[in-house]
Amino acid sequence: MSETILSIRNLTANVDGTPILKGVNLEIKAGEVHAIMGRNGSGKSTLSKIIAGHPDYEVTGGEIIYQGESILDQEPNERANSGIFLAFQYPLAIPGVSNLDFMRVAYNAKQKYLGLEEIDTFDFEDLIEEKLEVVKMNPSFLARSLNEGFSGGEKKRNEILQMALLDPTLTILDEIDSGLDIDALRIVSDGVNQLKTPDKGYLVITHYQRLLDYIEPDVVHVMKDGEIITSGGKELALELESRGYDFLDDKSTAGVGV
Amino acid sequence: MAVQIPFATVSKVNKTVAVEDIFFTGLLEQCQINENEPEWLQNTRQQAKSWLSHLSVPSRKDEDWRFVDLSDLTAGKFVEPASKEASYETSLQETKNNRLVFVNGTYNAELSNVTALPKGIYAGNLTNLPQKHQAKTYFAQQHGMQDAFTSLNTAGGNDVAVIWASKNAVIETPIHLLFITDGEKKAAFTQPRILVVAESNSNFSLLEEYTGLGEYFTNAVTEIYVKDNARINHTRLQEESTVSYHIGKARDSHYTISEINLGAKLFRHNPEILQQGEQTVSNLNGLTVAMGKQTSDTHSIIALTKQSGITNQLHKCIVGDRAHTVFNGKVFVTKEAQMTDATQLNRNLMISPKARVDTKPELQITADNVKCAHGATVSQLEADEIFYLRSRGLSENDAIQLLIDAFATEIIDRVDIESLRNRVKKTIEQKIKEANG
Repeated sequence: MSETILSIRNLTANVDGTPILKGVNLEIKAGEVHAIMGRNGSGKSTLSKIIAGHPDYEVTGGEIIYQGESILDQEPNERANSGIFLAFQYPLAIPGVSNLDFMRVAYNAKQKYLGLEEIDTFDFEDLIEEKLEVVKMNPSFLARSLNEGFSGGEKKRNEILQMALLDPTLTILDEIDSGLDIDALRIVSDGVNQLKTPDKGYLVITHYQRLLDYIEPDVVHVMKDGEIITSGGKELALELESRGYDFLDDKSTAGVGV
Repeated sequence: MAVQIPFATVSKVNKTVAVEDIFFTGLLEQCQINENEPEWLQNTRQQAKSWLSHLSVPSRKDEDWRFVDLSDLTAGKFVEPASKEASYETSLQETKNNRLVFVNGTYNAELSNVTALPKGIYAGNLTNLPQKHQAKTYFAQQHGMQDAFTSLNTAGGNDVAVIWASKNAVIETPIHLLFITDGEKKAAFTQPRILVVAESNSNFSLLEEYTGLGEYFTNAVTEIYVKDNARINHTRLQEESTVSYHIGKARDSHYTISEINLGAKLFRHNPEILQQGEQTVSNLNGLTVAMGKQTSDTHSIIALTKQSGITNQLHKCIVGDRAHTVFNGKVFVTKEAQMTDATQLNRNLMISPKARVDTKPELQITADNVKCAHGATVSQLEADEIFYLRSRGLSENDAIQLLIDAFATEIIDRVDIESLRNRVKKTIEQKIKEANG
């Protein structure tokens, strides 16, 4: 039996006092790719931010166990350093922070946390050069300000570059496909697939089935109103694609849940 | 040099008072007269003294001073420098043979080293200035000489730093003027004075640095003449109290100033630029970092009086604790100044809920074919930006530090001396670390 990377039990959460997660259960084992699909507002992006520790959300009940330990009391940076990586749906642009410096600072934060030696500027440049291949990125992007003036596809590739660099144990991709043309989608998915190893866990959040043609899931979950209402194999995604989210409305009223 | 001033009405504090101002009189009494100065200069100082006798210390009732309380200053509680470790040594590699040092306002030949200065430029004090340079026609001739603090400087000063670039002189390495105020033994009052003349087609970089020990009040004045097609890249690093700039610019001249304001409990800065020639370019870059109970006030005036002038002003402030920054930038575009291209932007980053920012960008345009834009922004650190950085493993403090650096970098990167850029970055980092406890 393989190791459990992430275990979420009966998780409830509020934002500004409004319940937004209403009892989520999810278990990701090493080597597994889980996909969460759902309409806008179903709570799927919220779930990803809560796992990463966004301070705007208040966890009101339940547990998040990562590699056997509860992380609810951990700061976002502790979670990141211990191997949780969230690729953002909308990566922020920060003018004045060079992409290269930012990645070096992030890499060294993790090295420090793990009690390893921090890397200097020159060695880091060699390291990052190797990683650029993963997402076919031009080195000129490193000299630019973090995400500033990047196109949608470039921002997402930059997220996957960070994933390649930080080598996370649990990767959460929050709508990594939104706004991407087919070429960019292919590059981003190829990047993720190259990085995939059997000792790690993956959570892919998406609105569209198309992404799952490229990043193949082991389990597909569907979220609605802050709950996972149904789970299945990858054929569930295809069914959603052909019948639309409406067919779930019948399912939930019929009481067909997890 | 008679200059027609389009903005005289708004300019200054010219309140007539019956009695001489006790504060100014008291300060003047502390000033030592330098008997080696030429007669014309002594006359000019007398003239300023008589102007001063009609002026009083500005109060909050004066429009140009309404955001600043000078009562600590007038009570003789002089300001404390930000860095107690200021030293007579300065580490800038680039300027070690190009450096003039003034201690408490007076030229110190021993600490200075100008061996790397090429022909065609004079850097020294006014007493030693070669006869061929007619300082008399330039000193205290710019617009704004009758302002209270400028008059005080002219009346009570006892030395003048002079940088004089002859026609076509090009100087590769920056010229460094270092003013040290030593107020350790008793509260000091000093009045650095600089005269810069860049004759036609000359080109050089100038670094002005002010630093000090103990409590002191520094009242600095700089006059700059940028003649036809001359170009000056000017950097100033401030830890001082009041500074006035009077810059006159001729045709095709190009002047850039990047100023970094870090120190002083109370700082007031009045840069005034008068573009008197066609196709004149001025760039003003400013960065103020105010923490603790610092007050930092920049009142700038840029007047464009001839065709096709360009000015770009970007003034940024980082304000924390209970600090207070003020920006009032006036841009005047007179009727003759057609095809002017002027931009002015003041951006403020507040990193504490108790900090205060007053900002007032102003444009006055009488020409009808110009492109002018101005604006101000006040913002805080974005929670989502902090989260993004933290989700990549940075601690909250490191994330905040990185965002503040990013805000400051836009100005610091415009400083053309590398070791100074690095030093400034470190000082700011330290300052913010201290403020965050």
